[in-house]
Amino acid sequence: MSDQYVNEPMLDLFIFESTQLIEQMELVIISNEKSSSYSSEAINEIFRIMHTIKGSSAMMLYNNISMLAHSMEDLFFVLREDKPQNVNYSELSDLVLEGIDFIKLEIAKIRNGDEADGDPSELIESLKVFYSTIKGQHTNISHGADSQENRPIENPQYYISKVKTNTPTSQNIFEATLFFEPDCGMENLRAFGVVNDLQELVEELCHIPEDLDREDSASVICEQGFTLFLKTQHSFDEIHKALVQTFSLKNLQLTQVDNSDLFENLQNESHLMGESSLKVPTVLGKNTFPTDPGENENLLAATQQSIISVSVAKLDQLMDLVGEMVIAEAMVTQNPDLKGLELNNFEKAARQLRKITSELQDIVMSVRMVPLAGTFQKMNRTVRDMCKKLDKEVRLQLIGQETEVDKNIIEHISDPLMHLIRNSIDHGIEMPSEREAKGKTRSGTIILEAKNAGGDVLIIIRDDGEGFNKDRILAKALEKGLIQESDDQIPDKEIYNLVFLPGFSTNETVTEFSGRGVGMDVVVKNIEAVGGAITADSVPGEGTTIILKIPLTLAIIDGMNIKVGDSCYTIPTTAIKESFRPKLTDVIVDPDNNEMMMVRGQCFPIVRLHQIYHVQTEVTQFTEGIIIMVEQDNKTLCIFADGLVGQQQVVVKALPEYIHNRKKVKGLAGCTLLGDGSISLILDVGGLMN
Amino acid sequence: MADIVEQEALDMVEDTQKGKFLTFCMGNEYYGIEIKYVTEIIGLQPITEIPEMPEYIKGIINLRGKIIPVMDVRLRFKKPYRAYNDRTCIVVIEIRAVSIGLIVDSVSEVIAISDEEIVTPPNVAREGNRYIKGIGKVGSDVKLLLDSDRLLNETELETVNDL
Repeated sequence: MSDQYVNEPMLDLFIFESTQLIEQMELVIISNEKSSSYSSEAINEIFRIMHTIKGSSAMMLYNNISMLAHSMEDLFFVLREDKPQNVNYSELSDLVLEGIDFIKLEIAKIRNGDEADGDPSELIESLKVFYSTIKGQHTNISHGADSQENRPIENPQYYISKVKTNTPTSQNIFEATLFFEPDCGMENLRAFGVVNDLQELVEELCHIPEDLDREDSASVICEQGFTLFLKTQHSFDEIHKALVQTFSLKNLQLTQVDNSDLFENLQNESHLMGESSLKVPTVLGKNTFPTDPGENENLLAATQQSIISVSVAKLDQLMDLVGEMVIAEAMVTQNPDLKGLELNNFEKAARQLRKITSELQDIVMSVRMVPLAGTFQKMNRTVRDMCKKLDKEVRLQLIGQETEVDKNIIEHISDPLMHLIRNSIDHGIEMPSEREAKGKTRSGTIILEAKNAGGDVLIIIRDDGEGFNKDRILAKALEKGLIQESDDQIPDKEIYNLVFLPGFSTNETVTEFSGRGVGMDVVVKNIEAVGGAITADSVPGEGTTIILKIPLTLAIIDGMNIKVGDSCYTIPTTAIKESFRPKLTDVIVDPDNNEMMMVRGQCFPIVRLHQIYHVQTEVTQFTEGIIIMVEQDNKTLCIFADGLVGQQQVVVKALPEYIHNRKKVKGLAGCTLLGDGSISLILDVGGLMN
Repeated sequence: MADIVEQEALDMVEDTQKGKFLTFCMGNEYYGIEIKYVTEIIGLQPITEIPEMPEYIKGIINLRGKIIPVMDVRLRFKKPYRAYNDRTCIVVIEIRAVSIGLIVDSVSEVIAISDEEIVTPPNVAREGNRYIKGIGKVGSDVKLLLDSDRLLNETELETVNDL
């Protein structure tokens, strides 16, 4: 519950919305770039997004973003209206992506509470150059766009009607009267929002009251409604649709007017829209707290109708509460005071309660699940940039984007994925000519695939490049002292997995993208931080496959509770292979007193929990306790405990910070509360093995 | 506006808490801890042991869904262990967002000790003094005032020794 969310909802909204729009735009650009021309929908969409960002950033007084967005908007305006031929789309994409990066950076600054002080003038300059090259080809119809560009700066008397001379199509004239919900407040700003929204759709527009800037205009709108006269090429339905989206709209009357004289008269009397749009800064200047719910909420309503954004902190809190409720429920329904009592009605009610709490738990879990699509889509950009810089041709294929993963985990895998993809392009995929010489397709393919596998999600990155160079990896590992001597004993798979060790990089030269030897290390760290694992496999000459195995969620796991003395431990069920009561004849002890267990011809080490954790227990004979065989990363271990208690879903809680800061206890992943309120320690199988 | 009111309320709370100490007994000595650090006092609860911890960290307890570590102050001060009885209490304190429970023999009372009544401890170069930041005089008794911050955070040295 940071203050940020309480104090600056507008800013929060702006950041959230702009980030989303920018990401959306990036996607559009990249998907269109592949077809080397922009579809008209794409141009419209980009235009709309830039327009929105321009408006909202100007409203929040971020002038640099607004200016940049404005020049991009101009550019796409020309593209949309004039449909020029021979546009260098690749250059355009570069420019626009650069612009996107700039806005991203500025938004990041704003989010961190810094001043958005970037200077976009250079970018704007190059946009202008590009703009004039397109315009140069179409001097005859660039008139409208030209004035569009100058509109806010030099040409305050701009009349939108100029466009009309170039587009002599049939005109519809409408009269619209809008009534807002009573008490919605700031009617004049809302009305202004409407005008702003219509700007794109109409040729000419005038409204009553004329001057939205005046304080008393709000009350006029309140009493008499907000009346608009507009001239447009769009149909009645389209205008109606646009107006109905207005926020807090109570009543809308839209009628088609045939009498164009009326419009002319009004136009002569009243201020033109072009002029009123100039008042944006003035209106904002007056409101020290820049609120314009009219416009802002309008946009939000249009883009995401039934989705709200919630801060993850709140979700975490909710998750905690639900977890506690599950425990509290067990405390009530399994209360020792109830023992031996025959309580039919209580049992019934308790069953109902249990059903609801478990449903609630499922829902809360599902709320935290986010599809991987967003993370995957971001890779498009990485691939594009890399290809441009390295002159390679790579196609990225995404499979299983709809796979859902816990929000916390998503945050941890975005960077590793990027690293891996970069590595694949830089080291894996060959130059187009080289590929052709090898008889491969000219452009390489990287397949990014996600799929569910039990309690885990597998993310597979597969490329059809040259694959790992086994000899070079071995030589490097030897040089760095990671292995003792290069013999033939090491299986191929193990050799490939050497690349994940810290400080390992076979690329001789450090490039902008890879070769520092930190990449893979970071990948492994990030993945391990969320309890995942990473493996690599490769076929020389045919490509590399890297598999990330990450848990579906960190918050709730299926666990088996086991007992050792008075202590209780929980082992994730997914790690358990089997449990059995051992026969003494199967136990082997080596000269160092290491105990091992023979199971179906294979030998596994035994860990006595009571021994490593110094727990007092009477069960020290193997025949009295139980062996739980666990497996992780293809390694198997036998855990010896007193007995099994039972299986249940447990809410994972971190160990208290104080404990955590003092020492990282080997083999403990966290703790959880059991039904009776006592605490059980969750074992980290991977940690126990080392 | 609301912030100001809140701040005032906070100031007031701090004012009323100033100079007040919760005293508890351990062996023959009485110790005091500033009341502003104390969240609550609870009876002894089942403690879950954490392996590989120093002896004085008894483990963790479940405080209404929140899991907090507990420290036996006796063992912390290298006093002999005494079996817990029904007077044994856990004083839950919170310092800089870190909660911890202190196991003490028994709590006695909350008393006000004005600044004039507090003297700095004699500079004896023995280890035990590190956690005492003052000695409060109440009538003919003395109370050792704990430096809670140090109690929690000055641990690195000992952790190394424990290994």
